[in-house]
Amino acid sequence: MLAELGLAALWLATALAVLQIASGVMGLRGDAKGDALAIYARPAAVVQAFLAVLAFGLLLWAFAITDLSIKLVATNSHSMKPMLYKLTGTWGNHEGSMLLWVAVLALSGGLLAGLERRLPSKTMNATLAVQGFVALGFYAFLLLSSNPFERLPIPAVEGTGLNPLLQDIGLAIHPPTLYVGYVGLSVAFSLAMGALIAKQVTPDFAKVMRPWVLFAWVFLTLGITAGSYWAYYELGWGGWWFWDPVENSSLMPWLAATALLHSVSVLAARDALRTWTIMLGVLAFSMSMLGTFLVRSGVLTSVHAFAVDPERGSFILMLLGLYIGGALAIFAVRAGSISEGKRFSASSREGALVFNNVMLSAILAIVLLGTLYPLLTEAFDVRVSVGPPYFNPAGAIFAIPMFIVMAIGPLLRWKQDKPARLQFEISLIAAVAISIVSLVAILGDYSILAVLGLALAIALGIAALLPLRGRNIRRVPLATWGMIFAHFGVAVSLFGMASESAFTQERLAAVTPGSTEQLGDWNIELRSVDPIAGPNWTAVEARIAVSRGGGEPIIITPQARNFWAPAQATSESALVTRWDGQLYAVIGDQAADGRWQLRVWWKPFVTFIWYGGLLISLGGILSIIGRVRVDLKRRDAVRKGKERREDKAALSNAPQPEPAE
Amino acid sequence: MRPVFFIPLALFLFFAGLAGYMLVNGRFESVPSHMIDKPLPEFSLPPAVDGLPGASRANFVGGEPKLLNVWASWCLPCIAEAPQLEALKEEGVEVIGIAIRDKPEDVADFLNRYGNPYTRIGADDISQLQIEIGAAGVPETFVIDAQGNIRHQHIGDIRADDVPRLLQILEDVR
Repeated sequence: MLAELGLAALWLATALAVLQIASGVMGLRGDAKGDALAIYARPAAVVQAFLAVLAFGLLLWAFAITDLSIKLVATNSHSMKPMLYKLTGTWGNHEGSMLLWVAVLALSGGLLAGLERRLPSKTMNATLAVQGFVALGFYAFLLLSSNPFERLPIPAVEGTGLNPLLQDIGLAIHPPTLYVGYVGLSVAFSLAMGALIAKQVTPDFAKVMRPWVLFAWVFLTLGITAGSYWAYYELGWGGWWFWDPVENSSLMPWLAATALLHSVSVLAARDALRTWTIMLGVLAFSMSMLGTFLVRSGVLTSVHAFAVDPERGSFILMLLGLYIGGALAIFAVRAGSISEGKRFSASSREGALVFNNVMLSAILAIVLLGTLYPLLTEAFDVRVSVGPPYFNPAGAIFAIPMFIVMAIGPLLRWKQDKPARLQFEISLIAAVAISIVSLVAILGDYSILAVLGLALAIALGIAALLPLRGRNIRRVPLATWGMIFAHFGVAVSLFGMASESAFTQERLAAVTPGSTEQLGDWNIELRSVDPIAGPNWTAVEARIAVSRGGGEPIIITPQARNFWAPAQATSESALVTRWDGQLYAVIGDQAADGRWQLRVWWKPFVTFIWYGGLLISLGGILSIIGRVRVDLKRRDAVRKGKERREDKAALSNAPQPEPAE
Repeated sequence: MRPVFFIPLALFLFFAGLAGYMLVNGRFESVPSHMIDKPLPEFSLPPAVDGLPGASRANFVGGEPKLLNVWASWCLPCIAEAPQLEALKEEGVEVIGIAIRDKPEDVADFLNRYGNPYTRIGADDISQLQIEIGAAGVPETFVIDAQGNIRHQHIGDIRADDVPRLLQILEDVR
């Protein structure tokens, strides 16, 4: 029953998506008949959201009770799994994760249709039609090529999904977080297309779009932060970013969304950058879909290769061609008819935002090129791997000017400003940056990028707080706090990255139990190495006592695990976190003479990378709350004003009461 | 209309064409063993179950080409593979099993349930032979010719449509 209900809900939702498209398109005609049909678009989106969420809820339920008559449950779950991992198993596979994607997509569409009242009806109809069109494609994908509710002819006796590698809380949370981000960008895409089709690219439209972009961006930030930390502690290589195609495909939408976030603010505040905002709206969602395509189709080799299937790849490529190709075609034809909006001088806040928008787009182009380059060369049978030697310097060329402008931009005034007005701030930022560069350069021989990164991080950290100067702290709007937190978070994160790259100390030694190694002010003693066994792995576990500066020793236990189904060796690193960094230990192979390979890093301030990510997200959340609150207040004021006017009108029409005695 | 607005579309079409081409002509290969076309290493494994002898290199030398099937009773694709091994046995192919990290009672239980296509099963408790012949997991099946050389590797479970192909390869290496 469960599976059939779920499937029925999906088919009904599909039908409603068709109704939503038809109704939205009719609404564009602008005559009485069209308007009469357009009223169905909003309810269709709302009910559709309910049905898609219901379908996902039913699949969740099937996993919770381990309904082994459903193929997806039988192949991906097991009755002995802990409940938490039964539930997270729902989206730990291709079909379930696509259903989650569709459910979030429909939910966002429903929220947009149900709550948004500010947009002109023409833009709203076009937006709902586009949103319905996007949803329809994914329903078709789900129902035609990846039905999550497929039954087995004979129910399985037991499920086959007891892979302990996938039973990791980080792995369970990180993908859905990214999904919410990707899908949130679909709403931005629909809004951008709606405004473009209706030719109503206005500040009001930007104000409607902004919370959606912020929302998606917060989730993308959290997803990338979590994913980076997971890779750092789980893969045991001591690195936190590998420029892997899958990592890049989550970074690219984030870069586009960050650019979009800033350009949409310019549009909302100043009515400038109209076409550019629309272009970024299309680009951000294109990058999400491109990421999905690269991950699912297997055209690129990646350490993450998950759910790879060329047939699904063709389907996603088709959807990509339809949506992105279609959107870009409409953009090509229509964009000329939208004027660029208000002009501004180069030294203004808009000017700074435009500059950084271009820098972000350039970084995006570099990441995109590096990610797709192997695809291009493999078409000519040449295999290449593009890695940090390309991405780091090429990205830095644009990131460094971006950070400099980012420090000064928020201090500038809108429309036109004189840099001379900011003499104090600019000299302070420059003095901090230059003194740190010289200080670090005197202290030791570090890479130029790391030194610049440190200097920029500290200068940016100070600059991020400067907009508060001379203001009454309690009267700073929440959205401004959001910006301050987010920019400060970037500085914190950058500081972590630069410090990790400049000051990491590494020790690789062959040791016997009982011997002691020194790394910085850490004392590392290998106590013992013992074999241990898990459900489908065996491991050697080292017991290592580490103490800092003669303090109390702590026991850490890194492992080298061997899984045998499939045969795979993994390294379970052990971490000791201190406020100023992390000790990272990995145990390697045993040499012929019985000594063990021990690899230990001291990574100063490495945790700042992820604290920064969290601060950036917090900034986004503050900004959403601030914007929505202002919006609700305004809506309230508009309503009250309207009531007052109506009351007045009613009063003046009513017969005058007799003056009281 | 301004030509500049067509640039994104042109770039996208280029990418879509390239991606489509790579999807059609792409490579979806697995990593083959480097031991293919090399002699089977010397080994001698004890019996994995009561009633069937163990296996050694000598069992493969002479006579007809044989199949070496790397499997385990705890491996689920191996259950799916069992009918195909049975079919190969009925075609007169000798299948010698290597049970990876297994227990005799589990092996016996598996054979009772899903049939026994094997003439011998060697117990490889520490995955030694598995690693030496370059098998990355279970199940994998190797075609060994009468001189004791590894001639073909089949990664993953044998599906119904793989059976004629394997029979053909066994014929070719004779």
